[in-house]
Amino acid sequence: MSVRRSRVAYAFIAPWAVGFVFLTLGPILATLFLSLTDYDALPGAETSFIGLDNYRQAFSEGTPGTALLNTGFYALLYVPLSVVIGLSMALLLRRAGRATGLLRTVIYLPVVTPPVATGILFLLLLNGQEGLINAVLGWLHLPTPFWTTDPAWIKPGIVIMSLWSVGSVAIILFAALGDVPQTLLDAAQIDGAGPWSRLRHVILPMISPALFFIVITNTIASLQLFSEVYTMYFGAQTTNPPEAALFYVVHVFEEAFTFLHMGYASALSWLLFLVIAVVTAVQLAMSRKLVFYRGDA
Amino acid sequence: MTAGQLAALVSSVVVVLAFVYPFWWLVSASLKPREDVFDNGFWPDPLQPANYVEVWNQLPITTWLFNSLVVGVAAAVAVTVSSALVAFGFAYFDFRGRTVLFWCVLATMMLPGVVTLVPTYLLWDQLGLATTQVPLWASNLFGSAFYVFLLRQFFKSLPRDTLDAARVDGCGYLSMFWRIVVPMSKPALAITFIFEFQASWVDLLRPLVYLQDPELFTLPRGLKAVLDQFGQGGEREWELVLAANVIATVPMVVLFIIGGRYVVQGITISSGDKE
Repeated sequence: MSVRRSRVAYAFIAPWAVGFVFLTLGPILATLFLSLTDYDALPGAETSFIGLDNYRQAFSEGTPGTALLNTGFYALLYVPLSVVIGLSMALLLRRAGRATGLLRTVIYLPVVTPPVATGILFLLLLNGQEGLINAVLGWLHLPTPFWTTDPAWIKPGIVIMSLWSVGSVAIILFAALGDVPQTLLDAAQIDGAGPWSRLRHVILPMISPALFFIVITNTIASLQLFSEVYTMYFGAQTTNPPEAALFYVVHVFEEAFTFLHMGYASALSWLLFLVIAVVTAVQLAMSRKLVFYRGDA
Repeated sequence: MTAGQLAALVSSVVVVLAFVYPFWWLVSASLKPREDVFDNGFWPDPLQPANYVEVWNQLPITTWLFNSLVVGVAAAVAVTVSSALVAFGFAYFDFRGRTVLFWCVLATMMLPGVVTLVPTYLLWDQLGLATTQVPLWASNLFGSAFYVFLLRQFFKSLPRDTLDAARVDGCGYLSMFWRIVVPMSKPALAITFIFEFQASWVDLLRPLVYLQDPELFTLPRGLKAVLDQFGQGGEREWELVLAANVIATVPMVVLFIIGGRYVVQGITISSGDKE
């Protein structure tokens, strides 16, 4: 390899390198630095270095803890449900024959709907007194909670809304199911394995890399949920937003851009960064035991 | 028909209803008078299409549509061109530091966006552009980790011999990229464009951070303002909020029905399943 070719290569990747330094690495370090100051983006506000005070405040204040618990509760509910429902739908798609294409389009439509639109739609569908969801539940003689006002039911309501977009999971698993060798399934059937046993002992191990990919990416995305929740419960005209709907990124956004406490908000975003890094590391460690990679992959 | 087939049919119908009916409810409610919005009736009766006229007259919806289109196209073009160049650099050349730098690309994909939000805002503020639409697309000029990864996977599958033959014929690297790589990679480039256009079209967080002037709002930002102004913050004119909601939703649904094949293909590739 000649030097000249190296130079050409560097020229090709130069845009990314510049962006990496100025829009990723630089800002990460700047956030870390800001988190150690009391920087408020207010006219005339003095800024000084305050060490770890912002982090102390985050732990003592309670609100960030509430926001983290809300977000964690949501993620623990949504991620497993999205995998189970997404997998059921992927299996259904495999059996749908000629209807597969249509069904695939239908379940993916909510994914391309703007989150603001989804938020508004579900704000009305989840309405406790007159919403469609409670109308259906009432018709089935099931409980009809006040999804948007009862603190105990706000997050389950948000989970229902998120599950409307579960098509993204189903599409990935549908593709993964297509790669399970038919010979393995046939062999299992000949050995007397029923449908449940084939799912448990053949299909799940074979698609475990895709399941793992979904768990990791959905967890990271869940911990950063913002648009739908902000649309439904926060904003210029909303007084007294329910505490049960305070998600972590919503809290960071409000501290930074509503109250302009940018130093404090920087500390909050670094804490989220650490939480996500730890959660992802734990999931990666667990995957060593649970995920099966084919030798030929 | 076996019991299994019947179960599959019934579940398919339930699934279709659960996913499609909310859309129908939305369209139907947007055509109802205010007092009927929550009646959960299938057909709007009486039908009130004037809701759309009122939305059109009261709100700068066309401006917002236009803004979203401009920002979306700028964001998608910028990210497609830059990510393709970078991805080609990683896919075709062997250079010192390639492995380490590519790990940096992958690491950026895992990074929560909120970590860079405040300093990035301050950077645009320093440049005097913090209340313009520029921050919504300009950072895309530097490529985006996800698409660099996606396109590199694709470029690596191109026949090396064809590219080397072009070199022998005296083609420069840039013209080889433009005349051979790009035409061979149209599906992957289309995926990149569609994904980013969609991401830009639905984004709320950054328009909330940057846009102050309603004339500059993108559609999601405008829709949030409509909800605050007419919905729960206002006189609960839900029929108008819902009509605006339909207008914001329809373009994406149409784009997906036209380009859905590419989208599905793209999701499959990006989840590490290349076959």
